[in-house]
Amino acid sequence: MMNARMKRFDIWSMITAAIFVGYIVFLALPLFMLLIKSFFDGTTGEFSLAYFTKFFSKAYYMNAVWNSIKVTVSVTILAIVVAGPLAYVMSTIKIKGSTTIRILILISSMSAPFIGAYAWILLLGRSGIITKFLSQVFGIEMPDIYGFSGILLVLTLQLSPLIFMYVSGALKNVDHSLLEAAESMNVTGLRKMWKVLVPLITPTLLAGGLLVFMRAFADFGTPMLIGEGYRTVPVLIFNEFISEVGGDDGFAAAISVIVVLFATTVFLLQKYVANRKSYSMSALNPIEPKKIKGVANIAAHVYVYLFTIVAMMPQVYVAYTSFQKTSGKIFVPGYSLDSYRAAFSKVGDSILNTFLLASITIVIITLSASLIAYVTVKRKGAVANVLDTFTMLPYIVPGSILGIALLVTFNKQPLMLSGTAAILIAAFVIRRLPYTIRSSAAVLHQVSDSIEEAAISLGSSPMRTFFKVTMPMMISGVIAGAIISWISVITELSTSIILYTGSTRTMTVAVYTEVVRGNYGVAAALSTLLTVATVLSLLLFFKLTGKKEVSM
Amino acid sequence: MSVAISFNNIVKKYGEATVIPELSLTIKEGEFFTLLGPSGCGKTTLLRMIAGFNSIEGGEMTFNGRAMNQVAPGKRNIGMVFQSYAIFPHLNVSENIAFGLQTRKLVKQEIAKQVDEILKVVQIEQYRDRMPKNLSGGQQQRVALARAIVIKPDVLLMDEPLSNLDAQLRVDMRNAIKQIQREVGITTVYVTHDQEEAMAVSDRIAVMKGGVIQHVGTPREIYQRPANLFVATFVGRTNIIEAVIARNERGEASVVIGDSYQESIPSLNRIQEAIGAVKLSVRPEEFVLSPDQTGLKGTVVNSMFLGLNTHLTVKLSHGQEVEVITQSELDDVIETGERIYLKILAEKINVFDASGNRNFTGGTG
Repeated sequence: MMNARMKRFDIWSMITAAIFVGYIVFLALPLFMLLIKSFFDGTTGEFSLAYFTKFFSKAYYMNAVWNSIKVTVSVTILAIVVAGPLAYVMSTIKIKGSTTIRILILISSMSAPFIGAYAWILLLGRSGIITKFLSQVFGIEMPDIYGFSGILLVLTLQLSPLIFMYVSGALKNVDHSLLEAAESMNVTGLRKMWKVLVPLITPTLLAGGLLVFMRAFADFGTPMLIGEGYRTVPVLIFNEFISEVGGDDGFAAAISVIVVLFATTVFLLQKYVANRKSYSMSALNPIEPKKIKGVANIAAHVYVYLFTIVAMMPQVYVAYTSFQKTSGKIFVPGYSLDSYRAAFSKVGDSILNTFLLASITIVIITLSASLIAYVTVKRKGAVANVLDTFTMLPYIVPGSILGIALLVTFNKQPLMLSGTAAILIAAFVIRRLPYTIRSSAAVLHQVSDSIEEAAISLGSSPMRTFFKVTMPMMISGVIAGAIISWISVITELSTSIILYTGSTRTMTVAVYTEVVRGNYGVAAALSTLLTVATVLSLLLFFKLTGKKEVSM
Repeated sequence: MSVAISFNNIVKKYGEATVIPELSLTIKEGEFFTLLGPSGCGKTTLLRMIAGFNSIEGGEMTFNGRAMNQVAPGKRNIGMVFQSYAIFPHLNVSENIAFGLQTRKLVKQEIAKQVDEILKVVQIEQYRDRMPKNLSGGQQQRVALARAIVIKPDVLLMDEPLSNLDAQLRVDMRNAIKQIQREVGITTVYVTHDQEEAMAVSDRIAVMKGGVIQHVGTPREIYQRPANLFVATFVGRTNIIEAVIARNERGEASVVIGDSYQESIPSLNRIQEAIGAVKLSVRPEEFVLSPDQTGLKGTVVNSMFLGLNTHLTVKLSHGQEVEVITQSELDDVIETGERIYLKILAEKINVFDASGNRNFTGGTG
């Protein structure tokens, strides 16, 4: 219906073009460069398939692929199995303190996964506090946490909340009368769940499952810390790219290309299946949590509380250790703020860097996300569709791969950005834009086109209309998205570990390096500061949006 | 200043699909003109072409003779009331109304003065500082109307403005709209699918179907002498009855329904050509109960007492069911199952050719 305006060349065409150029330069071009690099020999500069042949012919690399698939599939299934019922229980049964529990689960999902990894090492590792306690008091030897099982534990706990949030959201849209209708036809109990509820939330499970899959697949910090030689693909890429001895850009690029292709396939497959199974629902009578009695009630409470405690344990324990006295690298009895003092004096610059970089990133994200959301929602067309696809790409491209792609693209004049803060900001913006775009677009979809037409017919210019009418209406979505983008920027590791230099080191990088060096006190202090920042941001989010949930 | 709007062979296409083929129409200055038709008939498309939100693929549209095809929506000096009202939710009532004035670079006092005046006209002065979410549907409607007319537009466009209101409020608001329009005297183009609403507010109505105007006329013309069968059935309720025209030796025409009932139709006498099979449009109130046992024989299959009138569904002897409206009588109650005889009011009914495209009894078709 907007043909008339689309045909006229206006300020929006220029904005669209500018955004387009931004995506071409900072996303399409780097990925293209990565592709080029993977097909040409690094020393001779000739076309060659050597990197790919090397990858597919050596058991060493195929082993990493197999590991990655094992981890990813197991984590995804486990997360659905754990969090699906959790969401169902929380939606149908009254649980004491459920609001607090929801917030705690959300917080547990917002921290950097590798902090979880290192916390679980402190708890269940060889000299972990629980391991020691069990063996000294009961003589029980805990199974080895390093390797596959540890990665599984950490990532499942970290990513289950995503499934929990997705399924909770979907259950909210299921009309209670659907279940009553089933009951009236004598379909009850488990059969009711299986026949009615599961099909209705299947698209959501698939979407949540995909998100978990992608995150588990791309995660680098967790296998690096707790894997102890259990190599997954991101670890492989990192080692090939970074390692001082025998690092090979071209080979890292080739692996990256394979990973992106694989991720794209999974993504398209999920989209195909989800599209065929999607329903639009809105509940007039949402399912209300009901009070129940007896064993079921106790079991429900135990399940919910147990999950929450286990999910929160890493962060709580890390925070606890940050106040412990240290002597050199080891914790000694007693409490002090030494770790914090050390953190500020040793890596204080990383704290400043994190908040400075994140602030600049968020300003750029806020502005461009609101413009992009507007263009893709309100000015549909071929260009807007391509733009929409661009905004989805960061879901598929793992952070470390985007980092590598940016590095190989911007490592020479005239676009010499490697080592600067600019390249980090570019990576952060590209990776974290989608959150803000999505939440802004969600609000914009609710705004009828006639609101803008009203402004235009009253003689308002396109820019005045945008800033006076559209922007105030979508600002809630923009801010909500920006806070989530902000949290994900300050807790992200996989891109910054590739792109940082001494002067642009961020907190997560500092935590990672301190953990690797064994400076657990400093790492704990920094992690705790990160957690506090995250929680404060979330509280701000709750206050501004009036909601108690986040859409990822 | 009000304008006359004229369409000369206007064409609207979406890609390859032609939605409006070569439409011509003139809307007079100061007139309350309604585009009436079922959904998908092109009425809203035409309205949005006037507003400039839809492009024009052929022909010319003029305001007082000035071509408007390429003028941007904001430069057409149009006031528009949207179906959803499109009130800015983040601005209060007076800010909403002042929005268009602010783009016109008026001084503050002047804006305040004009907002005050219009608030009085639409009678919402007491809500001036309210936010839209605290207004009822009818009040929001008045804000939308005030915002559209405060800029002194050349044309006021209204796109199904009453469809979101409940029945009683709809009647109140349409009276208010009609009265305010008369007061300010702006050329108004109104879109609706509700024929009763169209008749209540309009000076003239264009009935549309499939992008083509079927009939333009006053509400009275359209109801009493519809141009074709579609207009007859769309505006008001009617019964379509198959019949044959017969002429006596003096050339006087009459309709023959079934094999027992004949009624002379004087208005057909002037038509020279031979007419055979026809379709009659007989509105429910154009049937009368025959006092004797002559006319169309039928059985009452349903009798519905509605106070002023009693609605009957009558099954005629040849099987067709017709609707009949009779005045409710005190004693003479017609029961379901009763056998009755009906006659038609010959001067009121419309006679169409078999295709339904031509009205023999008059009208503009």
